[in-house]
Amino acid sequence: MIKLLSAICLSLLTVSAGAQDLAPDALIKSISDDVIGIIKQDKEIKAGDRKKINDLVDAKVLPHFSFARMTALAMGRNWRKANAEQQSALVSEFRNLLVRTYSGALSTYKNEVIEFKPLRAAAGDADVTVRTQVKRPGSEPVSIDYSMEKTPSGWKVYDVVVGGVSLVTNYRDSFNAQIHDGGVDGLIKSLASKNRALESQTGNKSK
Amino acid sequence: MSRTTITLRRLSALPLLVAIGAFSGCATTGGNPDDPLEGYNRAMFGFNDGVDKAILKPVASGYKAVLPGFVRTGVSNFFGNLGDIWIGVNNILQGKIGDGASDFGRFAINTTAGLLGVLDVASNAGLEKHNEDFGQTLGRWGVGSGAYVVLPFLGPSTVRDGFSRLAVDSYGDPVWYVGNVPTRNELYGVRVIDARAGLLDASRLMEEAALDRYSYLRGAYLQRRRSLIYDGNPPRERDPDETSNSTSGAGQTELPSKRP
Repeated sequence: MIKLLSAICLSLLTVSAGAQDLAPDALIKSISDDVIGIIKQDKEIKAGDRKKINDLVDAKVLPHFSFARMTALAMGRNWRKANAEQQSALVSEFRNLLVRTYSGALSTYKNEVIEFKPLRAAAGDADVTVRTQVKRPGSEPVSIDYSMEKTPSGWKVYDVVVGGVSLVTNYRDSFNAQIHDGGVDGLIKSLASKNRALESQTGNKSK
Repeated sequence: MSRTTITLRRLSALPLLVAIGAFSGCATTGGNPDDPLEGYNRAMFGFNDGVDKAILKPVASGYKAVLPGFVRTGVSNFFGNLGDIWIGVNNILQGKIGDGASDFGRFAINTTAGLLGVLDVASNAGLEKHNEDFGQTLGRWGVGSGAYVVLPFLGPSTVRDGFSRLAVDSYGDPVWYVGNVPTRNELYGVRVIDARAGLLDASRLMEEAALDRYSYLRGAYLQRRRSLIYDGNPPRERDPDETSNSTSGAGQTELPSKRP
């Protein structure tokens, strides 16, 4: 009886998981196809409307990122120095910064072709790297690799590595320096002021 | 900040690097272990940034604004084609004979069918462009990068890469062998502008992304070079700060997705 119940529960879980249950490479592919399809058709996005791009990233991309893991990775050993409240402030500021960067990168998209390399992962792996290449004639292809972890709510990206450069760990040096100088609160403050400066910048530009 | 300047290549590279090492030895700040010369490097970064803001970036922006995209692509392709020979030589020096042959093939096809390299028909034919230089070749041979060094005008480098670039790569550059000096200098000039114009988007992104542009660029340069030496598949480095215990379960603490 218990077995039967748990089987039903399991099947309910998998049904509700639905699209969340995609394999990691299939997930990245469907997000990229979705986003690129929209960018190609939307005239305002093509003209550089940052607000629309931000909305697109919010709806299509962000749900598949684990910003808490990203922040912890960028902080390294300093992550444990932050209390819960500081941690959530850090995650939210770092998330805003990364989203802005990501949206900015998307706005420079010019018909590049994305190729997926075969996924090298065993069946039970909970941590995989999805490797892609962005091709443009005339220059060497740029690799974009997504480090992903399996969570109860599907696969989540926790690092994006562009041409060998990790967008997350590349922050560690400056995070370390900020914490060395002003403690965890100093880092939160400087992330917040960076975000404010960017906000007023893009705000002025779009008007 | 990007490519070469004419006066610099006249200097022999080694004494320059030794001099840099000598007078910045005392400027150690105890930050990143790859960057013992941080005091000197930050000053040179500031200098390069000033040159970029005052001259290079405005000129490159104007170049991009005035010339239509297909002309700029043609210029990039032209210089890219010249570079393919030296890229091929380095691939062969690293034992990658197939890649090297492909680079020479690219040069042959693009120089003829691609109208002196203006069109990159070889890429469409499936011969991919590669990224190689002598610094990568040395790295492949097991030479360590040495300290991070910001070179005047040329920007981020390391002792190994800077030496390779100034003392070796410049002789693998076909433009160096153009006999007519004014023509040669014009070619250098256009190439610098072309390279900077290609980086306009990237440099804007970096300005937005970085808390501290100096350390952001340093990290990006060192990671990028490491990746290039291993052709995109560097052995996984052990993260000295790996916090796997403290991050497990971090994925669940999702924050509400709102934007200010």
